[in-house]
Amino acid sequence: MTSDAPAIPTADAARPLLQRPKEVADRVTWIGALDPALRNFDIILKTANGTTYNSYVVRGSAGVAVIDTVKQEFTEEFFAKLEEVVPYDEITTLVLNHLEPDHTGAVPEFLRRAPHVHIYVSPRGLQVLRALLKDEFERYEVTTVETGDTVSLGDRTLRFLTTPYVHWPDTQCTYLEEQNLLFTCDLLGCHYCDARLFNDKVGDFRFSFEYYFDHIMRPFKRYVTEALDLIEPLEIDMIAPGHGPVLRAHPREYITHYRRLITKRLASETGAEKTLLVFYVSAYGATAQMAEAITEGAAESDDVRVSLFDIQGGDVTPFIDLIEEADGLAIGTPTINGDAVRTVWDLLSSLVDIETKGKLGAAFGSYGWTGEAVGMVEARMQGLKMRVPEQGLRIKMHPTGDELEDCRDFGRRLAAHLAGRPVEREIDMSALLGR
Amino acid sequence: MAKAKLTFTDVALTVNVPAGTRIIEISEKIGSGITYGCREGECGTCITRIIEGQDNLSEPSALETRVLKDNLAGRNDRLACQCQVLGGTVKVKPG
Ligand SMILES: Cc1cc2nc3c(=O)[nH]c(=O)nc-3n(C[C@H](O)[C@H](O)[C@H](O)COP(=O)(O)O)c2cc1C
Ligand code: FES
Ligand SMILES: [Fe+2]
Ligand SMILES: [Fe+2]
Repeated sequence: MTSDAPAIPTADAARPLLQRPKEVADRVTWIGALDPALRNFDIILKTANGTTYNSYVVRGSAGVAVIDTVKQEFTEEFFAKLEEVVPYDEITTLVLNHLEPDHTGAVPEFLRRAPHVHIYVSPRGLQVLRALLKDEFERYEVTTVETGDTVSLGDRTLRFLTTPYVHWPDTQCTYLEEQNLLFTCDLLGCHYCDARLFNDKVGDFRFSFEYYFDHIMRPFKRYVTEALDLIEPLEIDMIAPGHGPVLRAHPREYITHYRRLITKRLASETGAEKTLLVFYVSAYGATAQMAEAITEGAAESDDVRVSLFDIQGGDVTPFIDLIEEADGLAIGTPTINGDAVRTVWDLLSSLVDIETKGKLGAAFGSYGWTGEAVGMVEARMQGLKMRVPEQGLRIKMHPTGDELEDCRDFGRRLAAHLAGRPVEREIDMSALLGR
Repeated sequence: MAKAKLTFTDVALTVNVPAGTRIIEISEKIGSGITYGCREGECGTCITRIIEGQDNLSEPSALETRVLKDNLAGRNDRLACQCQVLGGTVKVKPG
């Protein structure tokens, strides 16, 4: 080892660097915590660089606000920084943009130390705050705020934007009007720990930014869109998220990049046509025959584009992008040892990464004697908030000519649902017994 | 017993139900995209848009009213795990 290598902040080295508060804008001070050793976040994310929990103090002429707090294990260093910036009795306002424990770990203790503060949460944040504070909830002054509501700190004004489901029901953003500064909590954040704090000073965190979007925000694309619709018209000089670098250089580029990430990845050539993807696995070819016949039937509709995939043994990840953009999804699986086959489960479990709500789902498959796989796939599709208008199609062993016609019919009906011209049906509740 | 017609437009299906039936008793069995979390009227997951027949549903309880409000539900939204169909025709779709 030579000693003249530049000092790269390693996990250990980063720790002592930001133990002091840091001013990020005039009278706006970072009092968050660095967590360089974290390697795994919310179970679903790898965090090779650790993360930060960013909390901020905003000082106005007639009030001081704290915006979010930190994860519980960093409570002590959070209070040490806070006390350096402002005495508890001067704090008037606590804004909670998101109530996940990584941002509210210090809230119970904070309220013990500053019980007089006025708490602001989004409307959906109220029930989460109640669950967080339990019996103590009633002791505090809590106001729910919606888009356009403001809180005055004298010569500073906080304006709220209700941006639900990015990525919890409670999420909101807070805009510091006089300084064009937007506090976004999880939105536009990333897991990247670097004591240099500002985006124009830290190491290359672009990978973290996209990876974080893919795993935290992508399943909520629709809501990210609504949030961006609210944010884009604002003048923005700085974005102060709850994780990772403070975005002071070219802040708008990060918003534009989010816009790109939520826009369709594949420019499909289908135009106004609806799209149906048929996936199947088949050991002896029976389910494969069904898949082909369903595809044939659906493809008779001019306004539906159908694609067929045999996914046995393959990696299912490439299909996730495809499914994200598709209108409907039909999955075929034989019943093997009382279950759907593993590749099908792999595919279905990967769908947590995308939004599936409202898509059309359908299941089919060949079986020998029990045939429960089809029902299991349907149940999973319903768990994914898909609509499953046609009861799954099951055929014993290899399909006959008549049964293949049933498959084509099944395909035709799926296409009709997708194209918005289904045959309306009426049944009695008694027909549902046993379902 | 008094009957009602409950239509789920997302799956194009009408079910003839006895008065007093809750939407939750039917929607999953027929594959409608209405989804449930707590099933007890607390979480707001099952918010459902009433397209027609608002007046043919049971009055919302205090709990349902609060949960709808906390979740910024619209005027024609109800909780599918709570409201009962009392008669006539009701058309719904996932909220
Ligand atoms: C190892 C094995 C286990 C099976 N287990 C079941 C079972 O639990 N229930 C059932 O209904 N069929 C079972 N079957 C029968 C298959 O579902 C049936 O052969 C089906 O037609 C296969 O469809 P495929 O040709 O699309 O693979 C099993 C078959 C194999 C080879
Ligand atoms: S399922 Fe939770 S409110 Fe209906
Ligand atoms: Fe979060
Ligand atoms: Fe977070």
